[in-house]
Amino acid sequence: MHSEAAIREPLILGHKTYGDITNDIVAPIENKAPTGWYVLMGIASIIAAYGTGCILYLISKGIGVWGLNKTVDWAWDITNFVWWVGIGHAGTLISAVLLLFRQKWRMAINRSAEAMTIFAVIMAATFPGIHMGRIWMSYWVLPLPNQFGSLWVNFNSPLLWDVFAISTYFSVSLVFWYIGLIPDFATIRDKVAKPGMKKVYGILSFGWTGNAKAWTRFEEVSLVLAGIATPLVFSVHSVVSFDFATSIVPGWHTTIFPPYFVSGAVFSGFAMVQTLLLVMRKVMHLENYITVKHVEYMNIVIIVTGSIVGVAYITELFVSWYSGVEYESYAFINRATGPYWWAYWSMMTCNVISPQLFWFKKLRTHLGFTFFMSIIVNIGMWFERFVIIVTSLHRDYLPSAWNMFHPTWVDVGVFIGTIGIFFTLYLLFARYFPVLALNEVKSILKVSGESYKRDAANHHHH
Amino acid sequence: MANKVIYAVYEDPEQLKDGARKLVSNGIKVKDVFSPFPVHGIDPIIGIKRTRLGIVSFMFGITGTCLALLGIWYFNIFDWPMNIGGKPSQALYKNLPAFIPVTFEFTVLCAAHGMAITYLIRNKTLPGMPARNPDPRSTDDKFIIEVRTAENHGHSAEAITGLLRETPVFEINERQY
Repeated sequence: MHSEAAIREPLILGHKTYGDITNDIVAPIENKAPTGWYVLMGIASIIAAYGTGCILYLISKGIGVWGLNKTVDWAWDITNFVWWVGIGHAGTLISAVLLLFRQKWRMAINRSAEAMTIFAVIMAATFPGIHMGRIWMSYWVLPLPNQFGSLWVNFNSPLLWDVFAISTYFSVSLVFWYIGLIPDFATIRDKVAKPGMKKVYGILSFGWTGNAKAWTRFEEVSLVLAGIATPLVFSVHSVVSFDFATSIVPGWHTTIFPPYFVSGAVFSGFAMVQTLLLVMRKVMHLENYITVKHVEYMNIVIIVTGSIVGVAYITELFVSWYSGVEYESYAFINRATGPYWWAYWSMMTCNVISPQLFWFKKLRTHLGFTFFMSIIVNIGMWFERFVIIVTSLHRDYLPSAWNMFHPTWVDVGVFIGTIGIFFTLYLLFARYFPVLALNEVKSILKVSGESYKRDAANHHHH
Repeated sequence: MANKVIYAVYEDPEQLKDGARKLVSNGIKVKDVFSPFPVHGIDPIIGIKRTRLGIVSFMFGITGTCLALLGIWYFNIFDWPMNIGGKPSQALYKNLPAFIPVTFEFTVLCAAHGMAITYLIRNKTLPGMPARNPDPRSTDDKFIIEVRTAENHGHSAEAITGLLRETPVFEINERQY
């Protein structure tokens, strides 16, 4: 067994045994949920029900009930789509990229971050679906033989690339997540006393045995899936950015979009992970596993990606002037000083200025401040997509076509509704699923656990 | 004499490895090891070969690449070449840059799902399968070595348990089968 430098801070606090880890995670599943859970679930499901109602209303009436018009034909719908997909990126980054980098701190947070990814991608996929107007025709995006002669989908189009990117991303993330869950479901199966629960978790655990060969295969599958999910996660948001970058709309027609979108996605995703985990660690008493050090590491990722996003904003601004293309220059002057100036400056404040506060160690290790910042970043990243989409469209080449976008109650209802559905799904996950990757956390206990590290250090001094 | 299966239960993965080494160095075949998380370094001790799932994944991936290119060629080049904005789809190699994203995604899709399905089948872990670990504690905090007397004709059950007791074993259980 390898040992870890004493200078590295422990990732599991207090004195825990393998059995304690199992109990800390399985007990909340077996026992009655705390009142707080019912309160949150009540609020989330009411919002989810309202949002579902709005979506059904939209589908029955057509997308005319949104505030879209002939000039601004993409607005909150696609803003929300990109926002949700972006949030989804943190889960895969944590579980795949950090696995390849052998970052042990990922182990306490990857399970819930991956769950968040899956739910966020479901919310994201809702928007292009309902934006089609006739959702019952959505299978037309697939290359299926049809009655219109040999008319196939266009593989030259970024919109079709998106269909493949999002569906691959969703299904691969789901499989990656589930393969990690199988051994933990087996732990619950073998631990719980209630026969009904034993039966359900027995089915979910697929008869996992945990023998040596199974674990060898498990580790190989995790590694290979991480290896292929890493380029996948970068490709997904690159493809999302191609939806804009391959067009000729000023403000969209930019070659820096792929890396700019990917870092923005990771930035917003980590912010959402912070929002969720800071509440969850408190409510479910996971302070010993999701420590201040974990929060600090995530804040460091937020500074790095936030700074990349800031550089991208400034580069964009500079190039619009330096290119000498007046439409391009105008698009950016209009962003900063036009009728949507408030959206632009909200985005700049939330995404460029505020994350820089995390350079102060006091602030990035302060939980309340981190929670506040995570909300700010999520707001800022929503505005980023709104600025890119609406401000670029509302005034392009032809001044006679210039127009404003005014959201209707359906726009608002659908957006708020997806937040409700997302939280409902997440709360169900937190209640019934192992919220920590038990098998992974146990594997680092004797290397990164506080009491074991202390023993090793004392032993070393003698 | 009835065949016996012996389960040596340990509380720590390093102790389990010591136990396995002890048995193997005395010429006893270890049937299997059950643990709540991967015990690194146990495979060479008990003679488990490296898995070939990585190769499986590669094969599925390359199949995905070929299928994607073949499909796209058929749909957009051969069967119905489109001419959008004066940019006709002429030949696969000329349009290839535009076909890379879907080809890549489809490669990943096939590699990931192909490997995942193979993994589940090879591990015999499928929906509805019953739990087959010998002791429910092996998914919690215990590390278990399984030895069968039927596979170790030269050694009596007593000799095997005697060797195990020389290691920091937590408990030893014997079952007839």
